[in-house]
Amino acid sequence: MSIDAKPRAAGKPGRPKSSRQLKEVGMDRKAATQSRAATLLIAPSIIMLIIVILYPVTNAVIMSFQSDAGLNPETGLFEEGGFAGFSNYTHWLLQQCTAPGGGTMPCPPGTLGSQFWGAFGTTFYFTVVTVALETVIGFWMALIMARTFRGRGLLRAAVLVPWAIPTAVTAKLWFFIFAFQGIANAIFDSEILWTGSENPARWAIIIADVWKTTPFMALLILAGLQIIPEEVYEAAKVDGASTWQRFTQITLPLVRPALMVAILFRTLDALRMYDLPAIMTGGANGTTTLSILVVDQIRQGFNSAAALSTITFIIIFLVAFIFVRFLGANAVDAATTGGKGKNK
Amino acid sequence: MTSTTATATTTRVSLPAAPPQRRSRHRERWASARTYVSAAVIILWCLLPGYWMVVTAFRDVGFTYDSTPFFTHVTLDNFATAFSTERGNRFGQALLNSLIVSSITTLIALVIGVFAAYALARLNFAGKYLVLGFILGASMFPGVALVTPLFQLFTNLSWIGTYQALIIPNISFVLPLTIYTLTSFFREMPWELEEAARIDGCTQGQAFRKVIMPLAAPAVFTTAILAFISAWNEYLIASQLSNSATQTVTVAIASFAGSEPHQEPYTAVMAAGTIVTIPLVIMVLVFQRKIVSGLTAGAVK
Repeated sequence: MSIDAKPRAAGKPGRPKSSRQLKEVGMDRKAATQSRAATLLIAPSIIMLIIVILYPVTNAVIMSFQSDAGLNPETGLFEEGGFAGFSNYTHWLLQQCTAPGGGTMPCPPGTLGSQFWGAFGTTFYFTVVTVALETVIGFWMALIMARTFRGRGLLRAAVLVPWAIPTAVTAKLWFFIFAFQGIANAIFDSEILWTGSENPARWAIIIADVWKTTPFMALLILAGLQIIPEEVYEAAKVDGASTWQRFTQITLPLVRPALMVAILFRTLDALRMYDLPAIMTGGANGTTTLSILVVDQIRQGFNSAAALSTITFIIIFLVAFIFVRFLGANAVDAATTGGKGKNK
Repeated sequence: MTSTTATATTTRVSLPAAPPQRRSRHRERWASARTYVSAAVIILWCLLPGYWMVVTAFRDVGFTYDSTPFFTHVTLDNFATAFSTERGNRFGQALLNSLIVSSITTLIALVIGVFAAYALARLNFAGKYLVLGFILGASMFPGVALVTPLFQLFTNLSWIGTYQALIIPNISFVLPLTIYTLTSFFREMPWELEEAARIDGCTQGQAFRKVIMPLAAPAVFTTAILAFISAWNEYLIASQLSNSATQTVTVAIASFAGSEPHQEPYTAVMAAGTIVTIPLVIMVLVFQRKIVSGLTAGAVK
């Protein structure tokens, strides 16, 4: 293999691993052995992931170009659908449904087909609001957890509790808290039908989500805070920097790589939100996310659902791409070089 | 410790000629008070909803909406209701299903993932970035994109209602998590010790058994806990690809049926939730430090 000729192909050029790489220039054989060993060790995982992810997804893409089985309006028989071109995609994106006499028409309100852009909006509304709240509250929690005080252990243990509770249980718990006769209305002396109309329903879900996932965010940010050496703060203090200056000039820039990775993780997680709205409202009152729409569609037609799940996947992929490419959230870098690689 | 600082502060403050220092001491004490208040707010916010679940779980069903903030009308009936199969609920069976599905998923992911993590952490090879990127991408993959094709596939294979129909999709997110966490743990291990043991006369096998295994065991154990929790908490896939015989606890709790068709059996659901959650919470509190390092491993450092 060409590894003998170009042993440096192992590390990408420009990555700061120089000293180790220089040592390896004369170790072609060792590099080759390592490559072979690595292939053997990694192969089972890759094969497994190909079986459980790539195969189904390829299948889904193929399915999305077939039309669903249904009554043929001309013959009146139940038929397998054939090749459908992009009609499953236009069904969702342009909200075109099959007209009774053949051809297409705008999907009537109430059908799943008419709900795509609504679900799209709901998903992004949930994502933006929850991630923003979780980032701000999580940052605040992390700053508190980073301080030394008696009872810090208790605090760090307490924040793990919401994280450990299964989302399905969280959903039921908050559903009970937000019940009409529940404790939320009792405490605030209000009479809100929380899951009965759009805004309260959305906010009930947002509050439950923020409760459950802010601790995760806080722990990621805390880990980022802890790698900032204390001396930097001492030096800034000596130079007369105020608390606010120390926060904006030292903490924020230095914690940024960790913060971006945390926001990336949470955003991608929020974009596939399913459990909380599905259990708390069943998607009623403007809480249908894209994931809920896909699941609702599965029972009505695989191929159309496959197109929608492919669209959802592409949306999430695009958001991840934007994050990594333009906002410098480099999770791979963080994993391989300790987060100090590319982002300053 | 705090008390000594406090006395030191008072003596210092009582000295007459130090007004600027007094102000900074004063500010320090105020900052520490703020820390305690903030910490208390966070702790209450995190624990109170869970506390409310436990209180309700032990409360008589006739007092479901009683808002007394401590344990009143204590009864164990709700736990009996949770396990009762009278109304078509199969909570006991669901517990067993979750245990089986999560354990096997964790086991498979660990056995396969540990090799990949070792290679990613220890060996230099072409395409390392590509592999890591692929694994990371896989871990962020939306479960809903798998459910549709798998639902059709498993329906055709008549696998709906089997354990493998739940285990296989679970591997899609547990395996990447396992590899990712283990890789960052392994990267931090003192591998020089292996060399040292060899120089001291150990065979390769001995060096592995006596030095590397004990060092790696905590990392593998922590990863196993994280993998188990994420499989145990899974809902979307289980809700679509299981039937009443194989449904997991999350599905059972979400669809818990009460005596009246439109009345939510809150107390029984809270009892079921308590049963599902308490072991996790105990596990998390016992292994708190390790879990935090496992959760944040890789994302930073």
